[in-house]
Amino acid sequence: MATTDVMERPAKRLSAPATKRVLPGFGLSLGISLFFISLVLLLPISGLFIRAAGMGWEQFWFVITDPRVVASYKVTALAALAASLFNCVFGLLMAWVLVRYEFPGKRLLDAIMDLPFALPTAVAGITLATLFAENGWYGQYLADLGIEVAFTPLGIVVAMAFTSVPFVVRTVQPVLEEMAPEDEEAAMSLGASDMTVFRKILFPTLWPAVVTGGALSFARSLGEYGAVIFIAGNSPYISEVISLMIFVRLEEYDFPAASAIAAVVMTVSLLLLLAINVWQGRYLKRLHGG
Amino acid sequence: MAARKHRRVGDSPLVRRTLIGLAVVLTVLLLFMPLVLIFVQAFAEGWAGYVSNILNEYTLHAIGLTLVVALLTVPLNMVFGVFLAWLVTRFRFPGRKLLTTLIDIPFAVSPVVAGLLFLLLYGSNGWVGQWLGEYDIQLMFSWPGIVMVTVFVTCPFVARELIPLMQQQGREEEEAGVVLGASGWQLFRRVTLPNIRWALLYGVILTNARAVGEFGAVSVVSGNIRGETNTLPLQVELLYQDYNTVGAFAASSLLAGIALITLVVKAIVEWRQSRN
Repeated sequence: MATTDVMERPAKRLSAPATKRVLPGFGLSLGISLFFISLVLLLPISGLFIRAAGMGWEQFWFVITDPRVVASYKVTALAALAASLFNCVFGLLMAWVLVRYEFPGKRLLDAIMDLPFALPTAVAGITLATLFAENGWYGQYLADLGIEVAFTPLGIVVAMAFTSVPFVVRTVQPVLEEMAPEDEEAAMSLGASDMTVFRKILFPTLWPAVVTGGALSFARSLGEYGAVIFIAGNSPYISEVISLMIFVRLEEYDFPAASAIAAVVMTVSLLLLLAINVWQGRYLKRLHGG
Repeated sequence: MAARKHRRVGDSPLVRRTLIGLAVVLTVLLLFMPLVLIFVQAFAEGWAGYVSNILNEYTLHAIGLTLVVALLTVPLNMVFGVFLAWLVTRFRFPGRKLLTTLIDIPFAVSPVVAGLLFLLLYGSNGWVGQWLGEYDIQLMFSWPGIVMVTVFVTCPFVARELIPLMQQQGREEEEAGVVLGASGWQLFRRVTLPNIRWALLYGVILTNARAVGEFGAVSVVSGNIRGETNTLPLQVELLYQDYNTVGAFAASSLLAGIALITLVVKAIVEWRQSRN
């Protein structure tokens, strides 16, 4: 998981600058890794950018600013934002409960947190669509309240929130576990209220992990496809996500348009990934006093 | 954990009970109920109905194809993951950080974009695809294309599980092995593998779960030909769109079963690691 980065400690224990390589296999593992990464990752990705660059700036701009496509950027970004905000709150709650308290069924609760990573997105999609359908287990009660989830943008939020549940939980958990209790206990014994201590002492340590998890959840949600399409309704301008837009262009055999939109999505994803990595590196350094 | 006398945030019974209650209720609604629904729907026509849905000709074929895809993808990504983890945790070299960032790309890329990447390159209009076409080799809209995109989507998992663990363990034990005259293979078999086998097992299981469940990327390159290039998740989609809900959930229950096994293995692996 990308989330495990948080647990990666700066390798201080590994003393001795390895100018001399004692262990075998450097050449072999470097060769295999580079070959694999070039063939499987870099070659196809550069293919996309070359294809998109080949179509000319004007046509590229025309395709990526098509009103229906622009509407799908907005829907996707807003839904991903809402889903990751939900997950920041829910993830913090779950991490807190799983680290701080002991109660029966805790292991089960902990284990099920990873379900969204293990369950295929298409299965998640039809399951959520069935749950939130008008006559579904949830949908019938929500309908009484006048809330429609299935086939609305809200459905997209639900699907995105479901598939990215583990990110915040799994980034905050290790930070909470490693947190030294001294400051917290001192503040408590001086009579500060729970809320004050949480705000002034715990939250400043926790929030970078929450933001990292939230950003990972956002990045994942931007690209979500399988879980979303079954519940979204997919009406143009209202509930089409950007991945679906690419798919629609492909089904029209409009390869240049599909590539152009994909190039935009890919660029945003890569920038996000880079930003998250830089941010993680920085805050890890601060966390471990490097 | 030693018993603490000091009070900490959220220790009061009221806060404690409220938070635990809230966490349990939300988790049940968000994660448990969907899981329950899958099996309730799958068995809506009873046991006999379930069996006949699974034994549907096209579903059986989809199961077979999905197994083949997993059998080809998982070993490949396992070998790559082990080599990459060995490389970035046992040696320091310029570009090491870049490699660990590059390997995260498949996490960040939309599965539909992932599928498109391969379609552009290996499809009948792509550079490689055109050239292969001259030799009558077609990769897209057939099973090799499905394997290729699945390799792309699942390649980070093994390395991502191994890297933090191997970094934490350090390389002293292996260096000792070298001093004692072990060969590379002996070193890996006797020293490294016993230390990483549980994390490796979980990495492999997770790779497998994602390989059998990949939908978006596979959907782009498969062509959805029933009984030919339909994997199990695509078959779920087809059945659902045919209004065969029970059939779709019966097929889904197999995938949900694999997901549950994955969670159990993870729990065991973590339990083992915390004991060490």
